[in-house]
Amino acid sequence: MTQYLDVEKKIKSLSHDLHEYIEQRQLDDVLMVGIHTGGVWVAKRLYQSLELTSQLAELNISFYRDDFTRIGMHPQVQPSKLPATVDGRHIILVDDVLYTGRTIKAALHEIFDYGRPASVALVVLIDRGGRELPIQADFVGRKVVLEKNQQIKLTGPTPLELSIVDARADR
Amino acid sequence: MGYRNNVQLTPDKRLKHFLSIEGLPRSILVEILDTAENFAQVGERAIKKVPILRGKTIVNLFFENSTRTRTTFELAAKRLSADVLTMNISTSATSKGESLLDTLNNLEAMQSDMFVVRHASSGAAYFIAKHAPDHISVVNAGDGCHEHPTQAMLDMFTIRRHFADFSKLKIAIVGDLHHSRVARSQIHALTTLGVNEVRVIGPNTLIPNEMSKLGVHLYHDLCKGLRDVDVVIMLRLQKERMDGGFLPSEKEYFQTFGLTEQKLSCAKPNAIVMHPGPINRGVEIASEVANGKQSVILQQVTNGIAVRMAVMSMTMGSHLAAENKS
Repeated sequence: MTQYLDVEKKIKSLSHDLHEYIEQRQLDDVLMVGIHTGGVWVAKRLYQSLELTSQLAELNISFYRDDFTRIGMHPQVQPSKLPATVDGRHIILVDDVLYTGRTIKAALHEIFDYGRPASVALVVLIDRGGRELPIQADFVGRKVVLEKNQQIKLTGPTPLELSIVDARADR
Repeated sequence: MGYRNNVQLTPDKRLKHFLSIEGLPRSILVEILDTAENFAQVGERAIKKVPILRGKTIVNLFFENSTRTRTTFELAAKRLSADVLTMNISTSATSKGESLLDTLNNLEAMQSDMFVVRHASSGAAYFIAKHAPDHISVVNAGDGCHEHPTQAMLDMFTIRRHFADFSKLKIAIVGDLHHSRVARSQIHALTTLGVNEVRVIGPNTLIPNEMSKLGVHLYHDLCKGLRDVDVVIMLRLQKERMDGGFLPSEKEYFQTFGLTEQKLSCAKPNAIVMHPGPINRGVEIASEVANGKQSVILQQVTNGIAVRMAVMSMTMGSHLAAENKS
């Protein structure tokens, strides 16, 4: 059985919260960074909705993964696209699904190789629990508890669709 | 050649050693180019280093002189966070086979993870890959007159950055094809990637007979060969490999096959000029061309770092993954 989640509603509420966050803290140097591939799709939507003007950055974390020695090089997606330095920037890091926390650890590692940001906030569309590291999101679209045989599937970029699929049925 | 194919790939068809372009499928070559594209971006950052090979030891075994290849391999290893040591070993030892194995045994005992090998004998890298224990990856940095696969891939990378579609390209390789391992690797790479036409241009004495079997077109006139060409690859006249009898004189060679601005005008107006280096100015290429607008010779050097990072991480990665599976 496939269960669809309402992406538009989540994007709307996340951008509302982010707008408040930026206003309250009076951040005038926000840099939005999406993690490839799903995170970039989500970041694009939030970026448009917030009407940000600075570059929308993209992160490809393949060279920072901690599973390289177990599975080798990942198939390559688009290269990272960040400004030459992130010194003093307030970063809004965006991913589609937060699970073990390892992707975010790798992403933070890579970001710091571009300089020393003033702050990093984490936004995820879905938090599916199952953390293996002490990493939490600042903004969560929706928390989801999955059965053992279930998976989250994001398809995009347009239309951006999110569903919970039965892994066995999917095969 | 069957065994050679198998040596380079793991059972699940990932790159284990990088010894020759010959025998590799297009998908692997494209994967190298795509991975290198991502590493190229690392080279443009303030901190030009990624942690992927942290704690790994790479040994550069150079039995033959080299500056560019050795230093870019070193730089590539360092940018992957590996520990790297370079050994320049003279080839004067009489029994190469035996001394080579002894050297290898010692390096193995130092717990290294990868050998990058340059050797004056064709097949040296294959020999080492065959005899090295399973956990060591071997990368060929040039073996005799056989192949120089990373050079060919950095050339492909440079070409792809200028022209997106290989299938439309006409490419000419000019000069000493007889002694050139670079040319041999390039021809295999270009045909595997499906270019429209590969031409080789040079004097009869410097073009081996078997070239025509590789599906290339032979030319003995530079201007005729360059007509409609998108990429001109100049080869170095390998003075150290000339035992005489190949050429009347360097001066005469330059007059006939040296790339001058005038000769270059026979190619397409937006053609790029490549050279693997080191350049013999005034022998195979005129200074004005080497320094000119159409020259991408220094881009090739920069691209060499990214391509070598890609090859090192891919070979080491597939290896480690295979070990973890078993």
